[in-house]
Amino acid sequence: MAEIVRVENLCKNYGDFEALKDINLTVNEGEKLVIIGPSGSGKSTLIRCINYLEEPTKGKVFIEGKEVNRKNHREMAKNYSAMVFQQFNLYPHLTVLENLTLAPIKLQHVNKKQAEEEAFKCLKRVGLTDKANMYPNQLSGGQQQRVAIARALCTKQKLILFDEPTSALDPEMVQEVLNVMVELAKENITMICVTHEMGFARQVADRVIFVHRGQIVEEGTPEHFFTNPEHERTKAFLGKILH
Amino acid sequence: MLKGLFNVNRWQRLLEALPEYYIPGFLMTLRTALCALILALILGVIFGMFSTSRSKILRAISRVYIEFFQNTPLALQVVFYYSCLPILLGGGGMRIPKFVLGVMGVGIYTGAYMSEVIRTGIEAIPKGQTEAAYSQGFSYMQTMRYIIFPQTIKIIMPPLANQALNLVKNTSILAMVAGMDLMYFTDSWGSNTGYFAQAYFTSALFYFIICYPIARLARYLEIRAMRQPVGKRLLEEVNADGGAN
Repeated sequence: MAEIVRVENLCKNYGDFEALKDINLTVNEGEKLVIIGPSGSGKSTLIRCINYLEEPTKGKVFIEGKEVNRKNHREMAKNYSAMVFQQFNLYPHLTVLENLTLAPIKLQHVNKKQAEEEAFKCLKRVGLTDKANMYPNQLSGGQQQRVAIARALCTKQKLILFDEPTSALDPEMVQEVLNVMVELAKENITMICVTHEMGFARQVADRVIFVHRGQIVEEGTPEHFFTNPEHERTKAFLGKILH
Repeated sequence: MLKGLFNVNRWQRLLEALPEYYIPGFLMTLRTALCALILALILGVIFGMFSTSRSKILRAISRVYIEFFQNTPLALQVVFYYSCLPILLGGGGMRIPKFVLGVMGVGIYTGAYMSEVIRTGIEAIPKGQTEAAYSQGFSYMQTMRYIIFPQTIKIIMPPLANQALNLVKNTSILAMVAGMDLMYFTDSWGSNTGYFAQAYFTSALFYFIICYPIARLARYLEIRAMRQPVGKRLLEEVNADGGAN
């Protein structure tokens, strides 16, 4: 399988605090990678460095062999990656449909009609076509996050980054979002997903990495993680979240 | 002063003075206010954006502009433009036209306040909005244009309308430098005739005519800003939902 993301010696400091220490990671095309770890461990920072929402202090990130840097990161984001956020971050002044079509129309120069057709297809996949003309504030948290996923799909990127997509949801809404993600995982989209949902990780992940204090402590298949994790820290962490 | 308020003869004289004093003054004030408003808005947008940019230099420039013009009296600024600017521009006997003086004075002064309104408006938009835009590949200017400004504008319209209101009233400072505005003609006619009650009440009425609609507008915008947009469900597509529920 072709490699789509490569992270080399990535470091990120906030003042004196080292959020990421010398991270090396490759992700193959179509792979579903789940990143787990305690809060403050640097997992979100890692995923945000990949699309340059955070500027790495040191090290390099490559997407499809091209280095992401200060100059080209917008271009790279436009062409290769999409992101789903913990807080959804839908554009509240636009309808659901406009949320989906804004980037295709303005950035990828798709004509409006075509963009809307594509948007309806994406909405159908998350089961929300009837909400196309509504505004985000009229939707529940789970529905908003599904719209956000549809927005990410709509730009047809190979790589979608999920930054704790279910952490801000009420418990009863977590499942509807996970269902959409599980469906998505059946396709050839590369997914890098920071999450605490171990059931989801087990179901869809090809590989899980455990990040602790800015370092990748352990890496393996979900099977490996949930049956015999090696590292003490991993055991302690999993012990706390798997009841 | 109030003694002569109900003197019919004096009001008669005022009516006669309207075309010569009040109408030109009113029009001058109106014109000055309009152009100054445009100038203030342009400055406000530019320096408001500077204030929120990542560049330290741009932020510093806008800070200096805002602090200087907010913290010195408008009267001093106008007198400065009137007396010192021609010298600075090099012409000895040169005079700056009254209209330009008015637009500059009030426009630059109000621009500082508008910058602050626009800065707070931009800062009120959650950071996640910018991040979502960047994650989709929008540039800084595109993010401002398509995502941040459309949201900011709803928040800042009421305070901007209030600034416009102040701007209109502040044009009266031009009377100090013989600005040919409403206040100048009021002073002038009042002291010529001694009918101060008539002079100032009428003047107040003219200012009120401009300001009251703006105040109503500000109130209307305030109410509108609180409303959330509402869109309708697509009825024919209802069955498509439920798949992921």
